[in-house]
Amino acid sequence: MASNVLFYLFAGFAIACALSLVYHRNPLYSAISLIGVFIALSCIYVTLAAPFIAAVQILIYAGAIMVLVVFVIMLLNLDEDRPLTRLKYLYALGAGLGLILLVQTFFIFYAVMRAPNHTVNVDQTVGKTLSIGQAMYSEYLLPVEIVGVLLLMAIIGGVILVRRLEPTQLRLVINEELDRRNEGQEKDDFRIAL
Amino acid sequence: MEPSLANYLALSGILFTIGATGVVFKRNALGMFMCIELMLNAVNLTFVAFSRYYADVTGQLFVFMVMSVAAAEAAVGLGIIIAFYRNSVSIDVDDASLLKN
Amino acid sequence: MESLLKTAFPFIVYAIALLLAFQGVLMIVAYTVLAERKVLGWIQGRIGPNRVGPWGVLQPFADLLKFIFKEDLVPDKSTKFVYFLAPMVALTCALLPIVVYPFGPPITTVDWTFLPYGLGEGIRQLPLTIAQIDVGVLYVLGITSVGVYGIALAGWSSNSKYSLMGGLRSSAQMISYELAMGASILGVVMLGGTLDLNGIIYAQINSPFRWFIIPQIIGFVIFLIAAFAETNRVPFDLPEAETELVAGFHTEYSALKFALFFMAEYVNMFTVSVMSTVLFLGGWYVPGLSHIFEVGSIPYALVSLAAFVGKVCFFLFFYIWVRGTLPRFRFDQLMNFGWKFLLPLAIANTIVTIVVVYFLNS
Repeated sequence: MASNVLFYLFAGFAIACALSLVYHRNPLYSAISLIGVFIALSCIYVTLAAPFIAAVQILIYAGAIMVLVVFVIMLLNLDEDRPLTRLKYLYALGAGLGLILLVQTFFIFYAVMRAPNHTVNVDQTVGKTLSIGQAMYSEYLLPVEIVGVLLLMAIIGGVILVRRLEPTQLRLVINEELDRRNEGQEKDDFRIAL
Repeated sequence: MEPSLANYLALSGILFTIGATGVVFKRNALGMFMCIELMLNAVNLTFVAFSRYYADVTGQLFVFMVMSVAAAEAAVGLGIIIAFYRNSVSIDVDDASLLKN
Repeated sequence: MESLLKTAFPFIVYAIALLLAFQGVLMIVAYTVLAERKVLGWIQGRIGPNRVGPWGVLQPFADLLKFIFKEDLVPDKSTKFVYFLAPMVALTCALLPIVVYPFGPPITTVDWTFLPYGLGEGIRQLPLTIAQIDVGVLYVLGITSVGVYGIALAGWSSNSKYSLMGGLRSSAQMISYELAMGASILGVVMLGGTLDLNGIIYAQINSPFRWFIIPQIIGFVIFLIAAFAETNRVPFDLPEAETELVAGFHTEYSALKFALFFMAEYVNMFTVSVMSTVLFLGGWYVPGLSHIFEVGSIPYALVSLAAFVGKVCFFLFFYIWVRGTLPRFRFDQLMNFGWKFLLPLAIANTIVTIVVVYFLNS
């Protein structure tokens, strides 16, 4: 009973926040709504006996990724979106896609409801830190290593993407490149553009 | 009485649908990024629900992997958004049409 | 009636426990504010507040009354919803970690069967922690990292350039120092072998060092420095630097909303003090106390609780002491220090700990 009430409470909160995320034009409001979704999902994870995942969800999503997003919104000082001018057929496409996915969702719901009732396996140790750690560093060691390499690549990529070359350095790079191509005409054009 | 597996799957499906439509409707790169995060979270919910109902730790490990990928995606994606903003003073994806003509 | 009472009994117990814990923490926090003004006064050769009550002991209540009766100004061009949301987020996230604090050892020797209606049946111990969760350390880290939204949203919604600068600085600083903080805790978690706060205290009791500060002295120093940055205290109080940003993110806040931010800052100080006590100074553990009192008895628990509060108060005093002593960092210095010195040092400490723990266990 209690877990049912909790589930519907948090599920309703998550759906409301998700709708508000799509509805709001202001990116900061969208970000706040998304944080609401993350917190609601984290509470649902607690009711699913996965405390480690719940804590990590708050720590990584709400505490790190969304802080970065909010930081970028504040740094770029973004205003509201401009009114919609995009091609109309895209909206029809979006609505159609949404409809199909929704129908699919209800089909899954129906199918799982009709399937023989699966009894909950009340093994509470599955969500504990110890079992996750043991599985992570024995059976699933290779994926963990791959994710580590991926994160390293992301760090390097992020640094390179936002690095701004000094003007002198930038000119040096462009000169070198243009000398290599040996195209005097274009070179002058580029210098004027700079 | 506990909510059944179908309830969790339905919630996850609804969230995924909202995220997927949001990606199409949003024209702002940050908004699209956030909708993608929403979709990833919807998938995470199914993983945790299955992990609970089959008492298998694999689902939770996959959630962990998805989170790491989302973090990497955030770092690179926000880097691209900032670099794009420096060039065109906008993060509207419709303005990213330099290769068009 | 009896069955209703039996169902409601756990909730009543939890409500009383929550009330006691929150009230206790808020009283300590209120007197930290007074202590800060007194100690700063002594450091600077002044007296400090001494008018309200003897030695100014009623000053916190006078401050509270002042905050309540001041005019509540709302900037005209602010984003109202976010403007009202921000102080609530800040204080809520500051108060939430209280539920996992290990205030003391569990009381096990009391026989609870004297309670009417057989309510005391089956109760073997009374833990002095409200919620014993498996991932206490991660919970505290996560909740405090959500607290940054209070500051960032306040800075954004006030529609003032100083506030925006404060909010930006705060989020950048939080992200940078959270990494060093997390990495410095890893050593303790590895030595303790658990993420549960009470479990870490028991691991310290069973270890040959008694306190993890001895094997983890580098981690302790990094944690302390990062904690100063996390709570926006001098010398890392850049988000609210009075002299350059006119109090930064809370420039536009007045009356009770300002009071919420103010309280949130001090409750955060309390939280990081509790964390340094639990992780590095053995929490409520007093060496040799088990020879005087029986383990699990009420006097044992009370003395341990007093020791816990004493250790926390030492850290609170340390905060005030540093505020009276050190000047503020410049922002680029802060970033360089965090990323180029603190984080590599914390990672090196973690790696050394990994190697040592591996060879000790094998």
